Amino acid sequence: MTTATVTGKPEEPVVATKNYLTEGGVTLRSWLLTRDHKRIAILYTLSITFFFFVGGAAATLIRLNLVTPPGIFTPDIYNRLFTLHGVIMVWFFLIPSIPNTMGNFLIPLMIGAKDLAFPRLNLLSWYLYVGAGFLALFAILIGGVDTGWTFYTPFSSLYSNGYVVLALAAVLAVGFSSILTGLNFIVTTHRMRAPGMTWYRLPVFVWSNYATSVIMVLATPVLAITLILVAAERLLKVGIFDPALGGDPLLFQHLFWFYSHPAVYIMILPGFGVISEIVPCFARKPLFGYKFVVWSSIAISVIGFFVWAHHMFVAGISLYAGLVFSLLSYVIAVPSAIKVFNWTATLHKGWISFDAPMLYALGFIGLFTIGGLTGLFVANLAFDVHVTDTYFVVAHFHYIMVGGMVSAYFGGLHYWWPKVTGRLYPEWWARIAALLIFFGFNLTFFPQFILGYLGMERRYYSYPPEFQAWNIFSSAGASVLAVGYALPFFYLGWSLFRGKRAGANPWAATGLEWQTPSPPPTHNFDRTPTVTRPPYQYRPEPEPQDV
Amino acid sequence: MTTRTTGLPRSYLFTWAALVGLLAATMALAYVPMPGPLNLVLALGISAVKALLVLALFMKLFRAPALTRAAAAAGLFWLAVLFALSATDYLTRKVEPAGDLSAPTGREYQQGDR
Amino acid sequence: MSDAAPASQSAPQPEPQYATVEQQAEAASFGMWVFLATEVLFFGGMLLAYTWLRANHPDGVAEAGRHTTVVIGSVNTLVLLTSSFTMAWAVHAAEHGRQKALTRLLSATALLGLLFLGLKGYEYHGEWTEHLVPGLNFHQDGPHARTIELFYFLYFLLTGLHGIHVTIGIVLIALLAVRARRGAFSARYYTPVEVTGLYWHFVDIVWIFLYPLIYLVGRSGP
Repeated sequence: MTTATVTGKPEEPVVATKNYLTEGGVTLRSWLLTRDHKRIAILYTLSITFFFFVGGAAATLIRLNLVTPPGIFTPDIYNRLFTLHGVIMVWFFLIPSIPNTMGNFLIPLMIGAKDLAFPRLNLLSWYLYVGAGFLALFAILIGGVDTGWTFYTPFSSLYSNGYVVLALAAVLAVGFSSILTGLNFIVTTHRMRAPGMTWYRLPVFVWSNYATSVIMVLATPVLAITLILVAAERLLKVGIFDPALGGDPLLFQHLFWFYSHPAVYIMILPGFGVISEIVPCFARKPLFGYKFVVWSSIAISVIGFFVWAHHMFVAGISLYAGLVFSLLSYVIAVPSAIKVFNWTATLHKGWISFDAPMLYALGFIGLFTIGGLTGLFVANLAFDVHVTDTYFVVAHFHYIMVGGMVSAYFGGLHYWWPKVTGRLYPEWWARIAALLIFFGFNLTFFPQFILGYLGMERRYYSYPPEFQAWNIFSSAGASVLAVGYALPFFYLGWSLFRGKRAGANPWAATGLEWQTPSPPPTHNFDRTPTVTRPPYQYRPEPEPQDV
Repeated sequence: MTTRTTGLPRSYLFTWAALVGLLAATMALAYVPMPGPLNLVLALGISAVKALLVLALFMKLFRAPALTRAAAAAGLFWLAVLFALSATDYLTRKVEPAGDLSAPTGREYQQGDR
Repeated sequence: MSDAAPASQSAPQPEPQYATVEQQAEAASFGMWVFLATEVLFFGGMLLAYTWLRANHPDGVAEAGRHTTVVIGSVNTLVLLTSSFTMAWAVHAAEHGRQKALTRLLSATALLGLLFLGLKGYEYHGEWTEHLVPGLNFHQDGPHARTIELFYFLYFLLTGLHGIHVTIGIVLIALLAVRARRGAFSARYYTPVEVTGLYWHFVDIVWIFLYPLIYLVGRSGP
């Protein structure tokens, strides 16, 4: 139990009586003042789920509005809805989703540590997140914001009549939460690894969260200062982004996208990590090209900083800058493609079983590939001029963010559910949900590629009648998607009380997190483990017990 | 490190003296008319030397573990990325005439900020 | 970072997540350096805005720079450089277990920080009376009035955020001084002193760059 020996056999289902859920008390106080990374991960999961449904409700209303032009909402309400959807989904779901829930829970377990390096900072990070979330909700409830999640100046700073400053403050606070998490992960990965856990023995999940943390720590401060500049400009009516004063609104876009493009990789890199854990386990094969996968994560986090102005091709930047950023945007496709090839090669001649996590993982690979390839379209200057600010772009990034990241989130949630709760989820329900999400997603967003290519602009409350058929497809897909996302809420909740006991290692997976009981004890391991082997030592063929 | 009875390492005293000397120098040089951006270059150059002194001797950066130096280098590298890649736009952007800045901007109708 | 170890003079124990005190000290120091990297980009974003303004409106920025109070700026630079010196000395004293010297040097550092803030406040007051506060109390004439307003917009944000950093530093250092007086640190355990020192030196470095960018602009001009 204390070494990383890989047995391939499920452990005897042991009901761990002393675990992190029971040790230290079950009072509300013991949860709200906890320093245990696993409990903080649970706190994050609950709050993130709440915001996911808030953002999802806004998306539902948006799709409802777009069924019948000119829709059911006034343009002003519609503007507030898509801003709400964007702000909540980007900063209160996608950015913290995998790192703060699974990363928080698993990184110390995977590297054989007792906790993160700075547990108090970790708790502070959650309080910042929750405080920021309530501030954002407050801004929405008293009247909302109509700037879009991008807060473009000079609209946001001088013209918008929404509660922009409150929303900016909320995003600023959640940004600091993100910085603290990133800092914690970086120090933990460097300083807290168990004996023998060398860098090339780290699971890819840890590597990709490390790469994510680098972005969090180095990009988020630029967002913070940008938001402060906008807020000051709005409050003082004077600012560096105001063209009437000789300022430059494009400077805002440069600063904003210096954060917000790398932030896209904050949203997707942890997903890569989850998929790299699931695919080898359910193909019963070592991850193909481990080092390539690892270094492509690092490459993405670095090159991700070099591409931001591809959001600004038609905004008025110089043609030369457009060429440079277009070229760099093609470059970043290389490490992303490496990953897809490696996962595919891992599947090759594998002994594949289609459990729910694997269904999500396979869905991820396909949807991310579509999202990535259309990313190449919009990296192309000429094509981008045609589709800028259309639904083509909306579809492209939803394929990455929802088809990719949310699939990975659900995949990871199912994969580690037994570890976190000690219970198995109902497999058939989970497979049905995974399939519903996959088909609902494609039905929702594939028509949007067509709509965008035909010229339907994003962020408009209405559209010409010839676009209606595709919009009805899209809204129909959204309702399937909504059912798909609601299902796990119920059956996972049910499994908390009625699910079968999981045992330490229900998937016969490798990795230190499976070597400790489910749910794990407060300090993770009875004795600090010593690692002697690389990760993903799956046997080529399954053993009889696996079936 | 040599320590006297006061417990003050000499190197710290010298560093402080050097910093003050550089402060005086940068102030004096700022008043000397120089061609082009030379004033700015000198001022920032001196600042860089001062910062290096603080980093090297007060923060002991160059005796720190490689990891620590990497963290410091990362901050500077990404700062350079921010400036360099923004420069690809700003140095090559064709500046259009600003137009009539007294023209209505729309802010005339603006309500108070909330 | 904020995760300080329990104060104990004889045999310091690491927090439960660490194996050894050394591991804890390394983690704290590295964590602070990562945080400082974050801070570089925090101030860097605004320096980009400054660079843009200065590159596009050089004459206006030069004129604005001549409105600043170079004497206060220079004295304040001297104050901060000296406080960095006393801070470095304090860490040295901690390293050698000299409790009394440590308490005094930390107090001196905090007092120098307060002096800096006092002078800064006096300077702000002067700028208010000269109608140089954008948005609230700004009134300048001449062809560069708009640029001067933008310069002062950035000036107040840069020095204001720097001032917040100084304030946080003073609080941290004052708390350390109190703890040092109670004998919380020893030659074997002084990580909080070292880590706070790193932060304080960084705040000093930021000012080292702000000083020429704010106070020395346009001094050689008319």
